[in-house]
Amino acid sequence: MSELFTPTFLLILLFSTIRTATPLIFAALGGLFSERAGVINIALEGLMLAGAFTAAVVTYELQNPYIGFLCGLLAGAALALVYAVAVIKFEADQVVTGFAVSLLMIGLPAVISAAIYDSAGSTEQIAKEFLLPDIDNRLNIASILAFILVPIVWYVIYKTPFGLRLRAAGENPAAADAAGVNVIRLRYLAVVLSGVLAAAGGAYLSIGQSSLFTKAMTAGRGYIALAALILAKWRPVPVLFACLFFGFTEALAIQMQGVVKLPSGEDIPVQFIQMIPYVLTIIVLAGFIGLSRAPKALGIPYKKES
Amino acid sequence: MKILREVLWPLIAVIAAFVVGGIIVLLIGDNPFATYYYMIGNSFSSLNDIGYTLFIATPLIFTGLAVAVAFRCGLLNIGAEGQLYVAAFATAWVGIKFGGTVVDIFGKQEDWSWTTLPPLVLDPFCMLTAVVAGALWGAIPGLLKAKFGSHEVINTIMLNFIAVALVSYFTQYYYKIPGDPIMQTAEIGPGAHIPRISQYIHGMPEFVPLSIAFLLAILMCILVYIFLWKTKWGYELRAVGENPSAAEYGGISPKKQIVIAMTISGGLAGMVAIGEVLGYRYRYYDGFSDGWGFLGIAVALLGRNHPLGVFIAAVFFAVLKRGEIFVDIETRFVSKDLVEVLQAIIIIFVASLQKFSRK
Repeated sequence: MSELFTPTFLLILLFSTIRTATPLIFAALGGLFSERAGVINIALEGLMLAGAFTAAVVTYELQNPYIGFLCGLLAGAALALVYAVAVIKFEADQVVTGFAVSLLMIGLPAVISAAIYDSAGSTEQIAKEFLLPDIDNRLNIASILAFILVPIVWYVIYKTPFGLRLRAAGENPAAADAAGVNVIRLRYLAVVLSGVLAAAGGAYLSIGQSSLFTKAMTAGRGYIALAALILAKWRPVPVLFACLFFGFTEALAIQMQGVVKLPSGEDIPVQFIQMIPYVLTIIVLAGFIGLSRAPKALGIPYKKES
Repeated sequence: MKILREVLWPLIAVIAAFVVGGIIVLLIGDNPFATYYYMIGNSFSSLNDIGYTLFIATPLIFTGLAVAVAFRCGLLNIGAEGQLYVAAFATAWVGIKFGGTVVDIFGKQEDWSWTTLPPLVLDPFCMLTAVVAGALWGAIPGLLKAKFGSHEVINTIMLNFIAVALVSYFTQYYYKIPGDPIMQTAEIGPGAHIPRISQYIHGMPEFVPLSIAFLLAILMCILVYIFLWKTKWGYELRAVGENPSAAEYGGISPKKQIVIAMTISGGLAGMVAIGEVLGYRYRYYDGFSDGWGFLGIAVALLGRNHPLGVFIAAVFFAVLKRGEIFVDIETRFVSKDLVEVLQAIIIIFVASLQKFSRK
């Protein structure tokens, strides 16, 4: 064990943690906007996939990761709008619909990819020079963007009139309405914004960390981001730490695989490290580590009293 | 009139989904009518096809019922997937330990079982294990909600991931035959196998994996119906789903009902293991579920949380699933993933139209 925690290993672990946390930070911050406005966002997984797929296709076709990234964000916004219409206008069950949006984004990219690249499993490989670049071969610019976003989101949520209205729409929509806030419009905006951010996380996966889109490549990260959001009690700065922690467990599982052995000479089962975020979320939800209180009007469609 | 209304909205949702799917097919450059024909046309054309379609419908009936029972109590069980994973592993474990499994490790025989029970004892034991394992895994989010008020949706999602990791751990480290490149346990003893329908129906090929688990699924539809609408317990469970505070005022404990509903729901989801492990693969196989736990939500939703509706919706989704391979082969550009797309769109439409159907 002693040779394990060398400075080099710790440094590798640190950068690996930042890499794995990046998509989670984007998605969790996205979820924060939507849920603070009172709309549950289980669709995060699907929104990430929309961003990942679109970014991979556009980047490959135009050989420009920045246009690809932006198009990914647009796709996330468009899909989020569909979700918003279903749950806000038609008052569809938010959990069920969010789940269906995620299911849709498992199938739809595969259908399109099969049609244009003749391969349902993945899109074409993008050459390394057309990916989102790493700074100093270590830190991807998307990771830096994710970290910069945290204080920005904090400022927007707590220090701007928009943030105040957003929180009011999620806590007490009727009172917000009485005070002149257009709750419906605000919720639309919040959900679309969450689509943009979640898609950024997805785009980082396909054109930053990886170099192509593969079917269902988010592998549940949208749900982990949601868990991080709950763990962080819907607050931006704790979201960062929750995502870093979840990223750390993922990085640890990757780095330890086959390298670190138990004294008996056996591998440490990675499954148990992988389980940590999920178990922790359940414990936190049960109220063992402080109470995690959701926005009061979360999940309740808003009907204007006439 | 009531029946008409019950059928009308799901039907509209399905048609609307097919229209959207058809537009996608058109944009891709294929013929939507031909594509839908390949998808649906073959599902009942021979005994072989009927067998396969109903084989796929079997797990969907179980998970559809599982989600429906929870729904009736006002709960959304997204955890059927985890429940059926745990159940499948537990069932295979009993089938190995009590079924006299002897494995071949690089030419050396090793007895992994504790004993060999006669089939008449082993089969019910395995089936009971499937139900109990699923029920226990389902009870966890129920207890968490009843005791701490934590939301079952998040907990069941988390428990899905935990279930998959846990089962994969036990498979990899303890019950996989060393040297086997596939993540799967050793085979269960032959005494744990349940009969396939092809034994009883002349002309159905032996390889069709449709087993008596399908008959069990039909039986469960009837039992769930009787339970929900003809017993006091079912009435109490539904009362909590309709209005928890009114139920409590009437002397029904919502907390107790929540635990009961999630336990039953988990047990029903666990029954998927009966057909899959005891009737088809004869082992636990990592990734054996084609998202059935999640599709159960679609089945329950489309089936209006009624056992008869669940049965019809399960067969409908099985038809689509059965046809996906023909879509892949016969069309020029459309891949089988179109079925996943259709399923998702159907859920979105059903959920969005629910507002109107309640009126």
